Amino acid sequence: MTPRLGEIWVYLAASPLLGLTMTLLAYQGACYLNRRCGGHPLANPVLLAVAALVALLWFTATPYQTYFDGAQFVHFLLGPATVALAIPLHAQLGRLKRMALPLFGALLVGSLTAALSAVAIGGLLGASQATQLSLAPKSVTTPIAMGIAESIGGLPSLTAVLVIATGILGAMAARFIYRALKIEDDAVRGFALGIASHGIGTARAFQDSEQAGAFAALAMGLNGLMTALLLPVVMPWVIG
Amino acid sequence: MIGAITLLLVFQLLGEVLAQGFGLPIPGPVIGMALLFAALIWRGGPSPELRNTAQGLLQHLSLLFVPAGTGVMLHFQRLSDEWLPLLVSLLVSTALTIALTALLLRWLLRAVPRSKEDA
Repeated sequence: MTPRLGEIWVYLAASPLLGLTMTLLAYQGACYLNRRCGGHPLANPVLLAVAALVALLWFTATPYQTYFDGAQFVHFLLGPATVALAIPLHAQLGRLKRMALPLFGALLVGSLTAALSAVAIGGLLGASQATQLSLAPKSVTTPIAMGIAESIGGLPSLTAVLVIATGILGAMAARFIYRALKIEDDAVRGFALGIASHGIGTARAFQDSEQAGAFAALAMGLNGLMTALLLPVVMPWVIG
Repeated sequence: MIGAITLLLVFQLLGEVLAQGFGLPIPGPVIGMALLFAALIWRGGPSPELRNTAQGLLQHLSLLFVPAGTGVMLHFQRLSDEWLPLLVSLLVSTALTIALTALLLRWLLRAVPRSKEDA
């Protein structure tokens, strides 16, 4: 049977079944490893799953597009999941109303810090202009970030990768930063993580508590709006 | 469950139509989230079915980023050329954003007087 394995692979690679199943298997495996590590933030499930899939695709010389034809069914769910964030958000309505002004202040500063510090550091260390422009919306959730990158002259598909790397880094680092700064309020912890690390940070915040997750979801949504409004105005000025 | 999924998709569709129709820079799903949030305030809260479906979907939010993340393989060339500025920029900027936002929000929450029921 073994000589036919190559042919079976070619057949399967042409249908969406393989990409979809691989994505789910890689994610389940990554979650299992994450649990074995006691849910440690450094064993991030997105990072582990992506690493496994890239290795597999590389090893079998499968083009990304072939894989994505199957995986797009998972990718599509980002849309309804974004809409569904309204539900945990609504559960925090009372607290949101009382905290509106402080939240707005933190949003404005956080949003500008996320974009401008990334561009400035990239520029100082010699990143090309296209890379700097692709870095600017890195803290915003993928679909918004890709739209912003396009409108300011970055590379949308590079931005998607930088956005996900940012999400993973933030989800990994947050616990250590909060411990060092003695940040204990779940609302503050969630909000700051949502500003810096969008949906992946939000997923991480939901692991801590429903409240942290809801504030992260709020921050992610607001930062998406804020960055989409600010960057097209600010960037021509910064890059010059 | 089907009812709840239909509802989420209807709001996403509404968001997309508004975004495209008015040429807004904000993606459809985010507008859909804002509309559903407004509808929940108006209705007084989600049905148990919608709450359960949303919970199920959000519990595995991480999974949904895996296909786009795997796109990293399309950018190996640029990443290997510019790995240092990219890595330092992402690391420092992300940590700085988390720390600054958290410290500022904590300070603002103490500085801005709150209503009685929160005391």
